[in-house]
Amino acid sequence: MAEKLRVNPTRMELKRLKERLKMASRGHKLLKDKSDEMIRRFVGYAKEDKRLREDIEVDLANALTKFLLAKSVSDEAAIQEAVAMPGTQVSLKLDTANVMAVQVPKITVEESDSTEKYPYSFASVTAELDSSIATISELLVKMVELAEVEKTCNMLAIEIEKNRRRVNALEYVMIPQTEEAIGDITMKLDEAERSNTVRLMKVKTIIQK
Amino acid sequence: MHSGKIAVIGDKDLILAFKAIGMDVFSADTQEEAEKLVRKLAKDYAIIFITEDLAQQIDQLLMKYKTKAYPAIIPIPSSQGATGYGMQGIKKDVEKAIGTDILFNKED
Repeated sequence: MAEKLRVNPTRMELKRLKERLKMASRGHKLLKDKSDEMIRRFVGYAKEDKRLREDIEVDLANALTKFLLAKSVSDEAAIQEAVAMPGTQVSLKLDTANVMAVQVPKITVEESDSTEKYPYSFASVTAELDSSIATISELLVKMVELAEVEKTCNMLAIEIEKNRRRVNALEYVMIPQTEEAIGDITMKLDEAERSNTVRLMKVKTIIQK
Repeated sequence: MHSGKIAVIGDKDLILAFKAIGMDVFSADTQEEAEKLVRKLAKDYAIIFITEDLAQQIDQLLMKYKTKAYPAIIPIPSSQGATGYGMQGIKKDVEKAIGTDILFNKED
């Protein structure tokens, strides 16, 4: 049980606590709604994340195996030379989107104006290299998408956890504490009133004698 | 600020494949090298792809970058295929957010 709130049993304090309780309950409701909505969105992102990752893991592993194969059949130096000067430069457009007040990345791949897909002459390398590089460059857009979705997932998960702590703090600490303090004060005030009444009655009987 | 570039960290053989399509590549073999690279690259690159085996080793450091929008540090499988580390990441996120794993429990 949470620690008891120490308050002065006055009417002013009572009024202040009642205000606070109202505010806390409203905040609690809002945060809880926020948490529900965040989880709803998070599940969508997480599913997307999983789907993309499954795709990419298979395709990329295949492409990389092919690349290693190509590397092993041709001359090491030839490959080095072939890829040393890439014909394209990947460039991204960075932005942030707002998902439930969380700033998540929004990334789009900018089309490069290069015409050369393969930065080497076909004579020096094998066909495996061509196909593996083709696959990887096709995967690029997907990988960027994965980066965006996975990061969004990461950030939402962290935010949801934080939010849950806030909700719990309100629900299990702040609100019960305030309610208890309000109860205490009401009791003390009633007690004082009763004793006051009794005193008045006594005084009255003494005067009447 | 982050430029719109992609970095790849991995072993020497692998990263050449990414270099060919215009990503900036950096080779790292040990944990220390990978850590140093991540720290350096995080200031500049928007997306950092890192092979799963290296990512697993520097797990602690990567946690630090999870709260900001950029850089996005994403584990990718190496040529030996996926180790399951990347999937584990998604699973962890789901568990963190929802409390139990609702996406993966069908399979395993």
